Amino acid sequence: MTATHKLVAFESDKTRPDDWNRPQVIEPDGDAELLEVAMGPHHPSTHGVFRMDVALDGERVIRLKPVFGYLHRNHEKIAEGISYLGSMPFTDRLDYVCPLTNNWAYALAVEKLTGQAVPERAEYLRVILGELTRVQNHASSIGFLIQEMGASGTPLMYAFREREKILDLFEELTGARMMCNYMRFGGCRVDATAGWLAATRKVVEGLPGFTEEIERLLCSNEILMARTQGVGILRPDLAVNAGVTGPMLRASGVNYDIRKVDGYGVYNRFNFRVPLGDHWDVYDRFMIRLLEMRESIKILEQALKDIPAGPVMDSKAKIRGFRPKPGEAYGRIESPKGELGFYLISDGGPNPYRYRVRPPSLMNLTVLEDMAIGQNVADVVLIFGSVDIVLGEVDR
Amino acid sequence: MLGEGILKGLAETAKNFVGSFVSAERLTTVQYPEQRIAPIEATRDFPFLVYDGADWEAGMRCVACQICEKECPPKCIYIVKSIDKKPDALGKPQFYPARFDIDISVCMSCQICVEVCPFEAIKMDTEFELSRTDRFGGLLFDREELAKSNEHYHKIHPTEAAQVDARLAGEKAKSDAKAKGAALAAAAKAAAAAKPAVSTENAAAKPEGAEIKP
Amino acid sequence: MMTVEEIKAAIEAALPDAGVEIVCNPSVSGQHSLRLAPAQAVAVAKFLRDDLLFDYLSNVTGVDWPDKEVAEKVRVTRPVTKTVDGVETTVEETVEETRKRVAPGCLEAVYHLYSVAQKQGPVVFRLKTVNRTDQVELPSLTPIWRSAEFQEREIFDLFGIVFTGHPDLRRLLMWDGFKDHPMRRDYVEPDDFEYEPTAHDQVLARALAHQAASRTAQEAAAPALGAGQEGTGASQ
Repeated sequence: MTATHKLVAFESDKTRPDDWNRPQVIEPDGDAELLEVAMGPHHPSTHGVFRMDVALDGERVIRLKPVFGYLHRNHEKIAEGISYLGSMPFTDRLDYVCPLTNNWAYALAVEKLTGQAVPERAEYLRVILGELTRVQNHASSIGFLIQEMGASGTPLMYAFREREKILDLFEELTGARMMCNYMRFGGCRVDATAGWLAATRKVVEGLPGFTEEIERLLCSNEILMARTQGVGILRPDLAVNAGVTGPMLRASGVNYDIRKVDGYGVYNRFNFRVPLGDHWDVYDRFMIRLLEMRESIKILEQALKDIPAGPVMDSKAKIRGFRPKPGEAYGRIESPKGELGFYLISDGGPNPYRYRVRPPSLMNLTVLEDMAIGQNVADVVLIFGSVDIVLGEVDR
Repeated sequence: MLGEGILKGLAETAKNFVGSFVSAERLTTVQYPEQRIAPIEATRDFPFLVYDGADWEAGMRCVACQICEKECPPKCIYIVKSIDKKPDALGKPQFYPARFDIDISVCMSCQICVEVCPFEAIKMDTEFELSRTDRFGGLLFDREELAKSNEHYHKIHPTEAAQVDARLAGEKAKSDAKAKGAALAAAAKAAAAAKPAVSTENAAAKPEGAEIKP
Repeated sequence: MMTVEEIKAAIEAALPDAGVEIVCNPSVSGQHSLRLAPAQAVAVAKFLRDDLLFDYLSNVTGVDWPDKEVAEKVRVTRPVTKTVDGVETTVEETVEETRKRVAPGCLEAVYHLYSVAQKQGPVVFRLKTVNRTDQVELPSLTPIWRSAEFQEREIFDLFGIVFTGHPDLRRLLMWDGFKDHPMRRDYVEPDDFEYEPTAHDQVLARALAHQAASRTAQEAAAPALGAGQEGTGASQ
């Protein structure tokens, strides 16, 4: 694979063949018969119920088709039948590893639709919770990736030890470890006590030690490098064209972080950097997540220092009888997995006329076939793991 | 050197392994059910209905306004409004739920019913050991099973319950003052055809938000 | 950040017969959109990607606008037979009457575009089908933006818009043998769920009604046993 480190593909689009963004077609060696394998739906590596129909020539992947829908419950249809507020607890169940960022994205979209203001303290609380979510998502994502490589347990358990501390914080504030249902249109449901903020500071103080531990444990591990470097390469021009977002896109060297681009909430007040990948492979995706955890810790430290006093709900915010004016809005945030967007159309009634979730997990899987073609079947599991998906969000 | 990274990782694992024997922080296993984690105040599991006083039927705060039934996202609440009115804890005649069922097998503990309730009548319990032998009838809680005293609420969510009590006391004082004022005004008029005191009192005592039609 | 008016002007300058119109969004979000003519959509999309550098198609979704009954008042002139002084005469009379008209519905695909190269967006544009029943084709934009691949499959699955030119148009979330399109407003939820004893009267009533209906259907299909079995198999 020839690799240019600059993203100059945009001008040359016109001269490209029309099918440049389609998966590569490769032929099996000789006249060997292809072996069709269904990986999943019940397979330890598939993070849930998900199937990959793989055609193999020996160990080499010739074709790969993902099959979705085993967890489909038509979340969007349910949301059209209940009130705006009623959908909030259901968003927890989309990407159930990161409930608070889902809450945030939905609240942001509704706030865009109604022009609802959010108090400063609530914005800071959202940033703190969002970044804690990012840390615990990336930690468990790294743990699962190494687990899929065959290192059963150890790194995953280290990650879950850290995640447990963060989930305890979530429970103390929101009442639930995973189904938080915390953000509201115009703020947050309850205020954080001084005790909670102190406990959070303590947890955040311990996080740099954890990232260093992971780095010592994994980053220079020869087996990990041999398995992941040069595997599952995703070209940046294809990544952008295929709508890949989040750590996947940045691992492909494209500088696009919605926290920087949109500056939603109060993100433009914090000083943090966007790590970018250089080799576009699985190892880069692993490293990007580790580096992003460090940047998140930086944001957390700043936010916990600057958090102002004040209300957490806007005085004009309505809980009962919430009816936005007719119109539509698309709101998006940088969730730990990528761009999580909500598209809402209101007809003036108490329920949304149209409610759409733009799931980062599903969109990032668009390029699964492109990354897997020509690789060994054992690496497909790794490539899939490096995408970092949650099936609750893919199938909705 | 090849293998250096692996050795570094192994050193880390060894440190954690030894550490788990000496550091109390790392001994996180709790021997449930003999040991239990201290209750967290914000924890929520399933809703219950708050009543004041000793008798659950008489002291129930719920007035069967059915807002929670309409707002409940998984639609697990079933309310049948009473035909007659009976006096609530403050002595005002109110509707009451002739039937109030929550299907615990459907409930997803989201707390929306608590947030939309204008009467502070439904709150979240922290009881989680709810296994039943009957999957269907056993997990459908009726009024009697749902009713829990205000003391219980104070025990599980002390801070929140104190705030709620203060708010309710404030509302009661306001309504009492209003009722008194209305009664005084009525007396001052001394008109034979004074308005019936009950209806004035009733209108004044309606908590804010009760008028909202969902 | 380019406004919709600027984008419209740029498109019209490059493609004079593009047929772009602005759809106003009354919400405070201010995200106005462009309606493209389906015939020119691919050319316009290519222009948006290559010349205006909107290289990242974030979100594609369907919206169902069902047929609506509109009541409108019209003045009509019609001959009325009247009897004046015992003589029948026909007089032209203008009366106002309310007519009910069915405004045809449509299916709509909404696209949200961003630019990674220039860090701007969103640009919203939408395509509309002719009706909701037989003319539901729209051109696929998957060749332009790969990210439309799964989302157009999802719209095909849940709304029933057929994207011509899509490389692999199959159902995405529902299974292949499924008949209807669940996200349409007039979709009727099937009541062929497995019966379980439940505390909810409503569910119980529906289950019983379904069982009764399928029993009568079975009895009716009893003479032609093979056809009846095939029918139930397809509905599963």
